[in-house]
Amino acid sequence: MSLDSSQTMTTPDGRTIGGVVMEMKHITLRFGGVVAIKDISFDIREGEIRAIIGPNGAGKSSMLNVINGFYHPQEGEVWFEGKRRKPMKPHEIAHQGIARTFQNIALFKGMTTLDNIMTGRFTRMKAPWWQQAIWAGPAEREEVANREVVEKIIDFLEIQAIRKTPVGRLPYGLQKRVELGRALGAEPRLLLLDEPMAGMNVEEKEDMSRFILDVNDEFGTTIALIEHDMGVVMDISDRVVVMDYGAKIGDGTPDEVRNNPAVIDAYLGVAHD
Amino acid sequence: MFYREAGDFKTSYAADGQTFPIAFDRWRYMIVVAIGFLAIPLFITEYMANAVLIPFLIWSVIAIGLNILTGYCGQVSLGTGGFMAVGAYACYKFMTGLDVWYVSACEGGANLFFLCTGVATYSVLFELPEFNIAFSVLMGGLTTAAVGLLFGLPSLRIKGFYLAVATLAAQFFLVWLFNKWSWAYNYSASGQINAPTRELLGFEITGPTATAEVKYLFCLTILFLMAWLARNLTRGRLGRSWMAIRDMDIAAEIIGVNPLKAKLSAFAVSSFFVGVGGALFFSVYLGAVEVGEAFGIQKSFLALFMIIIGGLGSIFGSFAGAAFIVLMPVLLKNIMVGGFGWPTDIAAHFEFIILGGLIIFFLIVEPHGLAALWRTLKEKLRLWPFPH
Repeated sequence: MSLDSSQTMTTPDGRTIGGVVMEMKHITLRFGGVVAIKDISFDIREGEIRAIIGPNGAGKSSMLNVINGFYHPQEGEVWFEGKRRKPMKPHEIAHQGIARTFQNIALFKGMTTLDNIMTGRFTRMKAPWWQQAIWAGPAEREEVANREVVEKIIDFLEIQAIRKTPVGRLPYGLQKRVELGRALGAEPRLLLLDEPMAGMNVEEKEDMSRFILDVNDEFGTTIALIEHDMGVVMDISDRVVVMDYGAKIGDGTPDEVRNNPAVIDAYLGVAHD
Repeated sequence: MFYREAGDFKTSYAADGQTFPIAFDRWRYMIVVAIGFLAIPLFITEYMANAVLIPFLIWSVIAIGLNILTGYCGQVSLGTGGFMAVGAYACYKFMTGLDVWYVSACEGGANLFFLCTGVATYSVLFELPEFNIAFSVLMGGLTTAAVGLLFGLPSLRIKGFYLAVATLAAQFFLVWLFNKWSWAYNYSASGQINAPTRELLGFEITGPTATAEVKYLFCLTILFLMAWLARNLTRGRLGRSWMAIRDMDIAAEIIGVNPLKAKLSAFAVSSFFVGVGGALFFSVYLGAVEVGEAFGIQKSFLALFMIIIGGLGSIFGSFAGAAFIVLMPVLLKNIMVGGFGWPTDIAAHFEFIILGGLIIFFLIVEPHGLAALWRTLKEKLRLWPFPH
């Protein structure tokens, strides 16, 4: 499957996937002598769910950290929305419309669910500090307008009951859901999910899968996710990148990847005689 | 029974987001404010004002300031005493007419206008008029905000205990500076600064003849405004960015919070509060100040104790902590000396023992401070008389 960057494609379930939103070109990331990512190129297209899979230590999270700006690759280019991205700080990248959740939940534990998701709207709020200080008209109106958006997200994720609970008191599954809510608060162009289903039971995984599909479907959000549960990955993603030891060993639709001998080797091992 | 939100429906997000969402709370707050502004001035005495109320009000401003930095933004500071000194001395300079000097003649060296490498003769470049006290206090706060910003820079690199040690440098440096820099105390022989008599709207606020009611009302008004500002800032976008940095700085960055802006703004706002507190401490409360005595390291610890005992990350906690630290010794002294008739020196020893014991007791009962204790009590009251 080779497409040029503006071409669209249609998935088996009838959705249209648009042009390239983000493109990684020949990314190499080294920590001293350790090569975490070796010359990897792939693209993420408008409206798709793109999975990155691979065994532990393959460099998947490092890849997200490159997209986020936590790591700066020694070689290669990152292209976002048709422009080559200069080396940026993570908070600048957030303002470009890239949001993310973490493998180990990184919520603001002392704040309520509501405040966490409101903080997610940080890039969308503009009132200057002196207006906030006196709670003057524009600042209060902005607060209320953003609260409305946050309430929509709360409804969407079905977490109305824990709206005012400090998130430190919530069970694990709900914390994961609130973290997704916080990322959605930014109304991102590209949503990165780092193992959204880690440590969940089957029902929680089903719920989370449903939320991810709904986010993609209702808001048209482009999603890139890392996940270890192959069942989930094969079910919900449109295209899959497979990494092993920092290198890309496969890229394509779930069916293509499933039948790729290199991928089977990496996951199941191969008999050497 | 009386403390319920049942039936108290909110129909707008503005109403739901207000400071006191429960009607009973709102009334209680208004009554406390009304008593503070209208009732207390009627029967305030000189002793009550100077030993109890004014120090409580001023320390509340300072505790709110430190709580913004440490409680809300998670940056520990031991420089509070030094920042109070900046507020006090800046306020003093503006009260007495800020003078700026330059080198008018320089013999045997290069003349760089402000700096002379030879023997210099100085002249006054300009002298501002003596400002009214409210403006001087404000300028004390703003000057401290600028200084706080400067001493906040290390926070971008270091965290926790290490940052506390870095802010300790601010404490020692600033006290040293105001000891040595004779311009700051208007070249007085004693090295002290004395608050001259200043009026606001015809009432004397500072100076030896200012009355207790006026001083009390002045401090109360400032505290009221400052607490309102602090509440607004901490519930808005800026406050959320502070708390985000406190709770999880990496996640804060990923959602667009610039750590540099969040930390430095917390330092500036916090120092503004502490500076205003220091200015009041000098001009209204003490009247005369020697920097090492009035703004030493023990003031920094006192402020830190207040917010830890009161509750980190809570405006109410700042009040509770200030009340505990300021009022408890006075109360104990009155009970032991006035009530039991003990000699004052023995009472003073017991005062320390009992205060220390109480601090340990409260921290064991509720490590998150009096504010958390108060929250638990309110939760219980909402369900009373039922346990669940």
